[in-house]
Amino acid sequence: MNLELAARINSFLAALVLLTAFAMLAQRRMNGLIHLFAWQGLLLSINTAIVGFVAERHHLYISSVLTLGLKVVLLPYILHVLIRRLKIHKEIEVVVNVPMTMMIGIGLVVFSYHLTAPIMELSTMVTRSTLAVALATVLIGLLMMITRRHAVTQIIGFLALENGLFFAATSATYGMPLVVELGVALDVLIAAFIFGIFFFHINATFESLDVDQMAHLKEGD
Amino acid sequence: MSAWPFFLELLQVLALAAVAPLFAGWVKMLKCWSQGRTTPGLLLPVRDLRKLFAKDVLLAENASWIFRFTPYLVFGTALLAGGIIPILSVDLPLARTADVIVFVALFAIARFFTALAGMDIGTAFGGMGASREMTIASLAEPAMLMAIFTISLGSASTSLAQIVSSIQSGQLLLRPSFAFAILAFVLIALAETGRIPVDNPATHLELTMIHEALILEYSGRHLALIEWAGMMKLSLFCYLGIAAFFPWGIAASRDMRALGLAFGALVAKLAVIGIGIVLVETGLAKMRIFRLTEFLGAAFLMATLGMLSFFILE
Repeated sequence: MNLELAARINSFLAALVLLTAFAMLAQRRMNGLIHLFAWQGLLLSINTAIVGFVAERHHLYISSVLTLGLKVVLLPYILHVLIRRLKIHKEIEVVVNVPMTMMIGIGLVVFSYHLTAPIMELSTMVTRSTLAVALATVLIGLLMMITRRHAVTQIIGFLALENGLFFAATSATYGMPLVVELGVALDVLIAAFIFGIFFFHINATFESLDVDQMAHLKEGD
Repeated sequence: MSAWPFFLELLQVLALAAVAPLFAGWVKMLKCWSQGRTTPGLLLPVRDLRKLFAKDVLLAENASWIFRFTPYLVFGTALLAGGIIPILSVDLPLARTADVIVFVALFAIARFFTALAGMDIGTAFGGMGASREMTIASLAEPAMLMAIFTISLGSASTSLAQIVSSIQSGQLLLRPSFAFAILAFVLIALAETGRIPVDNPATHLELTMIHEALILEYSGRHLALIEWAGMMKLSLFCYLGIAAFFPWGIAASRDMRALGLAFGALVAKLAVIGIGIVLVETGLAKMRIFRLTEFLGAAFLMATLGMLSFFILE
C-alpha cells in the first residue's frame, strides 16, 4: 500500500468518523445511539490498523484490536444491558433542539479547522489533515454531553469524546505509547462499570435518569 | 458552422423527453415486482400521456392566464434543462451559456409558477399544496446549491460540462467531500422529485399529497404536459447525479460511436438507479411532514460537511 492511498483512506475514514459524530447528535433513540457509537469504534479500529501498517508502528495493531474489543463489542454490550435493566428505550430528551445542535456542530467543525490550521502547516505526516476532524469529534462529544439531559446519553457523549482523543492521538503522533493506551483503555472500561453502578443508584434515588432531578440536591430554596 | 451542435442538442432533448416516460414506467414496473403484483408494462406512462393529450381541457371559470400558461412553462423549463446537462455528450453549445446554478433556477421558476397556478383557482387543496411545496423548496434549494458547490470546488467550475470532463480525466479517487455530496444529493433528489419518504407520487390522499394537490385542477393536455415534465424532472435529477458523480461513459469526442456508447451507458445507469429508487421506496414509509425539516436539514448538514471536508481533508 503506498503512502498516498493510505492518506486517502485515512481522510475518508476521518470523514466517516465525523459523520457518525453528527449522526449521534441527531439520533433520538437510545439503541440507535449505541449502534452509532459501535460503528465509530469500528472506524477508529480500522483507521488505527491502517496507520500502524503505513507507519510501521506495530504496537498500533494491538491498540486497534483493543479498540475493536472494547469499543465495538464490550462497551456497547454493557450499555445495552444497562438500558435494558433500567428500562429506558424511549426517545431521548434534548435541551436544545436537534437542527440547532447540528448548526452548533458545524460551527465547532469550522472552529477546530481554524484552530488546527497552523499545526497542519508545520507537520509533515501523511495523516496531519485529520487532526481537525479529531478535534471536532472531541468538541462534538462535549456538545452532546451538554445538550442531553439523560445520564446514559451523557456517558455516550463522554465515550465519543474519548474516541475523538484516541483519533487525535493516532493521527497526530502515530499513537501514544502502548503503556499509556493500555492505561486509557482500562480507565474507560472501569469508568463504564462505575457509571453503570452510578446509574443504578441515581435511578434508585430519583426514579429517573434525568440529571435535572439532581437540582433537588441543592440546599436552601 | 456545422450542424453537429444542433444535432447534439436535439439528440439530448430527445433523449430526455423520450426516455423520461420509459424510465418512469421502469420504476413502476420494478415497484410492481417488488410488491408481487403483475406489471402494467414499460409503456404505461406513454399510454397515459397519449390518453391525456386526446382529452379535452376543462378550465375552471376563474382561471387566469397563469393557470393556462404554467403547463407550457413547466414543460419548457424541463426541456431547456435537458439542453444544459451533459446527458450524452460534453460538447454542448448550450452548456457554455448556462451552468448548474441556472439549472437549479430553472426548477425554481417552474416551481414558482406551479405554486401560483395552484393558488390561482382558489381551491383549498391548491393553496395547501403550494404552501407545502414552497416549504420543501425553501429547505431543499440551499442544500442543493451547497451540494453542487461542493462538487464544483473539486473541479473549480460550476459548469457541468467542465465538471464531467474533470472527473473523467482524473482517476477514481476516494474523496470524502464527494461521499458527503452524494449523500446530500440523494436526500435532496428524493425531496425535489417527490418520491416516497417525502411525498408519495402514487396517491391522491388529501392529507398527505404535496405535488398532486397542486395540479389537482389540471386536465387534458395541460395535465399531460405537467405529468410529462414531472417524469422529466425525475430523469433530470438522475442525469444530474450521473453527470456530477458517475460521468464515465458520457461522450467526450465528436463521433457517432462514442454517442452510441454514451447512450448504452446511460440506459444501464438509469436501470440501476431505478432499482435504487424502488429499494428506497419499499424500505421506507412516508415521513410526517413536520419531520421534513430534519430530513432536509440533514441534507444541508451533509452538503456543508462535504464542503468543509474539502478544505480540511483534501
